[in-house]
Formats: sequence, C-alpha cells, structure tokens
Amino acid sequence: MKSDMNAIYVIVAREFIKFVRERGRLISTLARPLLWLFLVGGGMSKMVSPDMGMPYMQFIFPGIIGMTILFSSIFSSISIIWDKEFGFMKEMLVAPVSRFSIVIGKALSGTMVSTFQALIIVLLFPVIGLRLGIDQIILILCISAMLSFCLASLGILIAVFYENLESFSVIMNFIIMPMFFLSGAMYPVKLLPHVLGFLTKINPLTYGIDALKYMIFPEKKLLTHDFPLSLDVAAIVISSIVFVIIAAMVFERKK
Amino acid sequence: MTPIITVENLTKKFGSITAVDGISFEVREGTIFGFLGPNGAGKTTTINILCTLLSPTSGNAAIDGHDCMKESSEVRKNIGIVFQDNTLDKELTAYENLLFHSYLYNVPKNERKKRINDALNFVGLYERKDEPVKRFSGGMKRRLEVARSIIHQPKVLFLDEPTLGLDPQSRTNLWEFISELPKKHDVTIFMTTHYMEEAEICDKIAIIDKGKIIAQGSPEELKKMVGGDVIYLKTRNNVAAIDVIKTSLNLDAEEKNGEIFISVSKGDACIPKLINTLADAVVSVRLQRPTLNDVFLKLTGKAMRPEAVSGGDELKESIRSYRKKFDRG
Repeated sequence: MKSDMNAIYVIVAREFIKFVRERGRLISTLARPLLWLFLVGGGMSKMVSPDMGMPYMQFIFPGIIGMTILFSSIFSSISIIWDKEFGFMKEMLVAPVSRFSIVIGKALSGTMVSTFQALIIVLLFPVIGLRLGIDQIILILCISAMLSFCLASLGILIAVFYENLESFSVIMNFIIMPMFFLSGAMYPVKLLPHVLGFLTKINPLTYGIDALKYMIFPEKKLLTHDFPLSLDVAAIVISSIVFVIIAAMVFERKK
Repeated sequence: MTPIITVENLTKKFGSITAVDGISFEVREGTIFGFLGPNGAGKTTTINILCTLLSPTSGNAAIDGHDCMKESSEVRKNIGIVFQDNTLDKELTAYENLLFHSYLYNVPKNERKKRINDALNFVGLYERKDEPVKRFSGGMKRRLEVARSIIHQPKVLFLDEPTLGLDPQSRTNLWEFISELPKKHDVTIFMTTHYMEEAEICDKIAIIDKGKIIAQGSPEELKKMVGGDVIYLKTRNNVAAIDVIKTSLNLDAEEKNGEIFISVSKGDACIPKLINTLADAVVSVRLQRPTLNDVFLKLTGKAMRPEAVSGGDELKESIRSYRKKFDRG
C-alpha cells in the first residue's frame, strides 16, 4: 500500500516538474479555448438571437471550460504513448508497483494539469461580462477536477491500445472532436436529433459541462443545464471508475 | 550452491514464430551469465519473460525461488534491468531520474539520497547529477541506467545488449563498471550481447541461435570445443621444418599458404620448444587462440557478423510486426 502511494506520488511529481519546465505547453494548450471563446463565441454572439436569455459568448463559457479540460486531460494521458515509444514506460512496468497505481498516478497528473488550465479560463469571467462569487469558483474547480480525472482516465484507456503516435490524428478526429461537439458545449443537447441525442448521453463530457452550467448559471434559465446535478456527478464518478478499472486491466494483460 | 535463476523448458511463440524454443539453464548467485547469439535469436524475449513483461507459452522461469508469472511482484522487487533501448526521462535531470526510481522501488526515505549519490559516484556521473539527461552522451546515459538499476539493491541485474550503439571507448569504460558489479554490489548479472569479445568477462555462457541453446559452459570450456590453439610459423625451409617438428616434437604440422600450421592444446607453452628446436630457421611466429566467434562459427556454420545474421533480423522484424498487430487487435 505504501509503495503504491509512493508510486502515485512520484508519477504526479514527475508530471508537475515537466509541466513547470515546459511553459510553452501551457500557452499552446490555452490558445485553443481562447480562440474558440473569443473568435467563435464572439462572432456567433452577433448572429444568435439574444432572446435565449444571455449572450452566446456567455452560453458557451461552460463549454469552453469543458473543452480546455477535454483537450488538456486527453493530451496529458496521451503522454503514455510517448513514454511507451521512448521506453520510459518500461521503467514503470518492471517496477514492483500495481498497474492500478500507475493508472491512478497518470490520471491524477492529468487532473492536476487540466484543473490548473481550467482555472485560468474560469478567471476570464469578468471579460465576457459574467459575475461569479468565490464560492461558485470553488465549486467550478471541484467539478473541473472531477471531470479532468474522468477524461484523463479515458485518455489512458485510449493510450494503452496504441504503441506509437502514428494514430494520433485518428484519436483527434474520431474521439476528441466528436466528444466536444456532442457535449452540449456549443448548443443545448435538447436541440439535437434523436440518434445524436443518444451519443451525447453516453459522453461523459456532457455531464461535466452540464454540471459546470449548473454552477455558472445557478438561476435556472432556458437553454442551460439539462440534467439534475446528482445525475451529472454520478455519471462522472461512475465513468471514471469504469475507465480506471478497464485501463488497469488492459495494462496488466501480458502478451 | 542453489541457483538464483532457474529456467526450464521455456518456450515463447508469437503466432507461428517460435522465438524461444524449449530452453533450460541455471545461473549461480554472484556470477556473470552471458546470453550470446545473433539478433533475433530470442535473447530479448527471454529477458522480457524473466522480467515479468511477457508470459511464456510454456515452461517455467524462477528468480530467487519466485515464479516469474505467479509471483511477479516478488520478482520485480529483486531485479534491476538495463533495457536495450534507453528508458530514461530525458527532460529530467540525472538525479531526478534516480529519485523517481527510488520512489517506485520504495527505497526507505532516509537512504534515498545516500544510495543515489553512491550510485552516481560509482558510474562517475556525480558532478553532472543536476543536468538534464538530454545533454548526456550515449555512453553516459548507459552508465546512468546502470546506476539506476542498482539503487534498489537487486539480487539479479539484467543487461540487454548494454553496449549497443556505443563507441569503443565508452564500451570498454562500461565493461569496467559491469565487471566490478558482482563484487561491489553483491549482485548476479544476466547479460545478453552479440559481441563475442564482450562475453569473455562471463563466468558462464549460453549460446542461443534460432530460439535454442546450442552450447553452455565457461568461455574456456566453450573454446575447447573448437580445439586448442593454432601456431602459424614461417621458416626458411618449410618442408624441412615440418619434418623436424613431426619427428622430434611429435606434433602435427601442415603447410598452408607458405606458413606452417600447427594445432596444439597450449600454444604459449609450445612456442619456446619450437624455437629451440628449429633455432635459426624461424622467420616469424604467431599464435592464434580460439575466440567465442570460432565457437559460434563451428556450432552454427555461420559467423556472428552482421551480414550473417540477416535471417535473424528477418525473424526480429516479423516478431515486431506480429507484436504490433497483437497490440492493436
């Protein structure tokens, strides 16, 4: 048990050191949500009718936080493929630590990095004319951390199936982008046709963004959150557990 | 003495390819065991099974009495590994890489610093401990990996082609460290190489080809298999000299390409006798002792040089593509 805690600690610490040393990574991953928020959100605000209760730029704010977390968590987990390709994964795999602690350590690394990036985006709220209290910000960060852990575990689950980065664009185009568009980030889930509606319901990001909407727009308005908060939290927690267990099992499987 | 590594009838198949074919051997504690063979002979596959990274198709492997499959956690605690490819984190410093390792192996907190510094001193990298590994040369990285592999005081150390891709100077340098390890760090070494001359430091060698062990023994024993030393002699009159050698020294001699070729068991002791007998007739003399490469040549009918191992490379390539398929499927 103690050795597993040590392993989790040191895997997270390694990620932290690397994150602090590579400041370029922080800037490049923050560029994407900023472009979406101000260029897409800003442009669409002029087009989308204002009778929805709030400017479009404010409506997509929870979605942009979700996007930050989605990209940052999954990219952070994809580092497992780098570790595999550059051999460092072997150093971890031959160590006397359980596969669970490696998966949890990696997922927590992703959580740390993504939550920090989400915080930076959240702090932009005055720029787009929102008002958030300190209690709201803390709750947003809690949801962000949970969602980050969930998506980082999903990223690990994806990464354990790949040996090299050749398939990176496949992951990007067939997993990450559809997850983002089918999450209620850009438009309310309710507006989608039936089949797509089903896809949004099996997407953990939907529940994360729904919970963020709940925290950011507490007074129930049209077009904001779609599910009860308890369902959101339950969906995130359960899918996290499932992802971690499957990833650890796939890891354990010897060839 | 009980063996620290026991392998019995170990077989590993990748699809239709048999990478390791029913091998058996034992390694005694505190010795250096060499696993020799061309690329693709099954050396790395065997190491990966012993390191608990692969499970065998059939057969048994145990380290210090622990089964490599069933008690993988016990086995992992007791082994250190230097893989063929570099497994350091190049963004971290040398010290951080070793610190990461000491946490993973649960080294007691109050000993971490001392063990890391000792290991860095041992391989002569203490002065550069705070530099990122990406600035290190190939030889330094290998030395750092050796240092890392001994931090948790393993009982068995696996070295998979540790000198691959290093220049001759770094190779010699690394072998000095490796040959000191069993005494200084109380560890048994299991190493693979396809450089025959490097295997000379081993106490025992197993030669593997196409997944099968074709010979085992100490370097001396193996060399005896190809017969003794050969003395090449040039004289003023070869025909007369051969006659003298045959009659007065009772040795077998033949002429080949203008040289007299004498096969003897102890060449170094034989040369003074020859010179005394033939006296002024001797123009030059050279002694050729058998090398492990001769052993390999005799056993397999091919030299262990790159051009002769293309068959092995093909096998390696097909195993690799099979692994890829397997990983995706």
